[in-house]
Amino acid sequence: MNATTVSGRKQPLLYRLPVISHFRTSVGLQRGMLVTGLVLAVLFLLTAALAPIIAPYGFAQLSDASGTFPAQQPPSPAHIWGTTVSGYDVFSRVIWGAQTAFVVIIVAVVMSIFLGVALGLLSGYFGGWLDRTLVVIADAIYAFPSLLLAIVMSIVINHGQSSFWGGILACSISISVVFVPQYFRVIRAETIRLKAEPYVESAKVVGASSVRIMGRHIFKNATRTLPLIFTLNASEAILTLAGLGFLGFGIEPSSAAEWGYDLNKAIADASSGIWWTGVYPGTAIVLTVLGLTLVGESMNDLNDPRLRGRKKAGSKVPAGGPGSTAGAQAALEAEARMP
Amino acid sequence: MTTLIEAPPSDADGLLPSKKKSSGGGLGTYILIRFFLIIPTIFILVTLVFFLMRVIGDPITAAQGGRLPPEALAQRIHDAGYDRPILIQYLEYVGQVATGNFGTTITDRRPVVEMLATFGAATLELAINALIVALLVGIPLGLLAAYKRDKAPDAVLRFFAILCYATPVFFAGLLMKLTFSVWLGWLPVAGRASTRTELAMGSLAAPTGIYWLDALRSGNMAALGDIGAHSILPAVTLGLLTAGVFLRLVRTNVIGTLGKDYVEAGRSRGVSNFRLVTKHAYKPALIPIITVMGLQIALLLGGAVLTESTFEWKGLGYQLVQYLNSRDFVAVQGIVVLLAVIVAITNFIVDVVAALIDPRVRY
Repeated sequence: MNATTVSGRKQPLLYRLPVISHFRTSVGLQRGMLVTGLVLAVLFLLTAALAPIIAPYGFAQLSDASGTFPAQQPPSPAHIWGTTVSGYDVFSRVIWGAQTAFVVIIVAVVMSIFLGVALGLLSGYFGGWLDRTLVVIADAIYAFPSLLLAIVMSIVINHGQSSFWGGILACSISISVVFVPQYFRVIRAETIRLKAEPYVESAKVVGASSVRIMGRHIFKNATRTLPLIFTLNASEAILTLAGLGFLGFGIEPSSAAEWGYDLNKAIADASSGIWWTGVYPGTAIVLTVLGLTLVGESMNDLNDPRLRGRKKAGSKVPAGGPGSTAGAQAALEAEARMP
Repeated sequence: MTTLIEAPPSDADGLLPSKKKSSGGGLGTYILIRFFLIIPTIFILVTLVFFLMRVIGDPITAAQGGRLPPEALAQRIHDAGYDRPILIQYLEYVGQVATGNFGTTITDRRPVVEMLATFGAATLELAINALIVALLVGIPLGLLAAYKRDKAPDAVLRFFAILCYATPVFFAGLLMKLTFSVWLGWLPVAGRASTRTELAMGSLAAPTGIYWLDALRSGNMAALGDIGAHSILPAVTLGLLTAGVFLRLVRTNVIGTLGKDYVEAGRSRGVSNFRLVTKHAYKPALIPIITVMGLQIALLLGGAVLTESTFEWKGLGYQLVQYLNSRDFVAVQGIVVLLAVIVAITNFIVDVVAALIDPRVRY
């Protein structure tokens, strides 16, 4: 009796929050990955928030009190990471770029989550023609190279001209068109799986309404993976944004700093040995995506008891026996979703 | 307790909705249905792209507005039929696409089909090269990671895989250019081949368009070397992107099969760990890997657009960006539709393979 009361007590809210609970259950290498990811992610957030304080110049600033900035200047005390071909300060643009990336991630992912989750639940739970239709449309969009879709969308929304918010919104919509089918797929698959679970059956037997089953029994379990997908999609959003910028369909350099655009200009510089215009914004992308992916990856592993490292890993062999196949299957599915 | 719950299956079946009985249809039906689903997939994308492109205006104004006097512009719009109602134009376009006629590009006045064939070959070449790199890097490293699970090599390799994913192809390309072309001077900076080779390849009788294949067939070894040198950086750049995915796939799948009973049985008979990984666990793990590999085609095509732009590799992706910039939407539509068809067919093949392997997939 005593034992049940102890294990039955809920942990304080703080320890049940996604990232914190993951941290507490992690050990060794996994904790290392999670911490590295968190440090990078926090660094990114701080840079985005404090950009006006950190950056010595504005993202579109071409001159200061001492005159016009020289073009393609190697790193120097005045411009610690050098200047670009148009005369922008590389360091300032990299810092401001974090802010742009952050805003785009939030807008794009929030839009896609709302739409994707709602459609996925409906489609998976009710099935029938609604499901078939939505699946065909989602598959058509999902199967298509996401970058191409984003390019087409941004051309339609942008028409070339773009203010800060116009550009951000265009990029976010372009990206969320790509993401909605992904959320839809994941949530629908989970819903279909959960629909056959005994506890949903029993809820039906006792007469719970569809809305209640969907909203309470299925939603809570199907969205178990959402923090994970969020981090993964956030990193994909950064890559898509950079890809759009690189191809010249992103945000104008005078409206916002954007890493992809800077890299586009840097490709031509590279041939003449100018490295500082490309290496810094590129590294910023890599570190941000790396941080978010490491957090997502660790959360994925820690959610799965079979992949979770134990305090004392006695056996090198993954635990076999009954039930292991289901766990492994879930892990594989989560893995397959990753890219 | 558990055995009691599992024991009477008839009870559980009774509770389930009648789904099981109604969805009986065999593999043949599934393949047939899945095949006909390709058509709506392509149809939806064609429709989507057509209307999205027309939201901006008619293709001729978009491409040549401001460069032609208004009367000439109106004349050209009228000749091409862009002043008719949009629905009629749409139906006509769908009809044309169905018969394989994609129209003529506006900027350089070439038949779209011919343009697709020319640049498609270049993209195919890049994709094949990249796939070779991805397989050569991804599979052995994935096996190694599974073999050394949770040890230092595994940690390093998993980090490498994430790094491959986290690095945008154009940044990876930029770093490679800087290192191998500019600083070390070992490899050419951009392009598919040097001008001399391009000319030699262009003058062949029946070119496939895939340069190394053409060079091999004509026995032009100097050209082959030149093409090889030009191919390395783009292939590695695009290949590494996919290699990370393969590495992770191989690792998880092999670890999954390593936990199976028959592998355990092999281990108890004294089969070495190395042999267990490379022989026993690897082959069954290949099946899901193959299906997921098919799904990577979209990633590969998207990556190809960026890689081609980085290395001025004159393929579909490079050309797509050119046409987009000059607002030649007839050409853009052609490229997008072709890519949609490629992706839809690949997905169909993947689904059929998946259904052959796992009966649970069929619905």
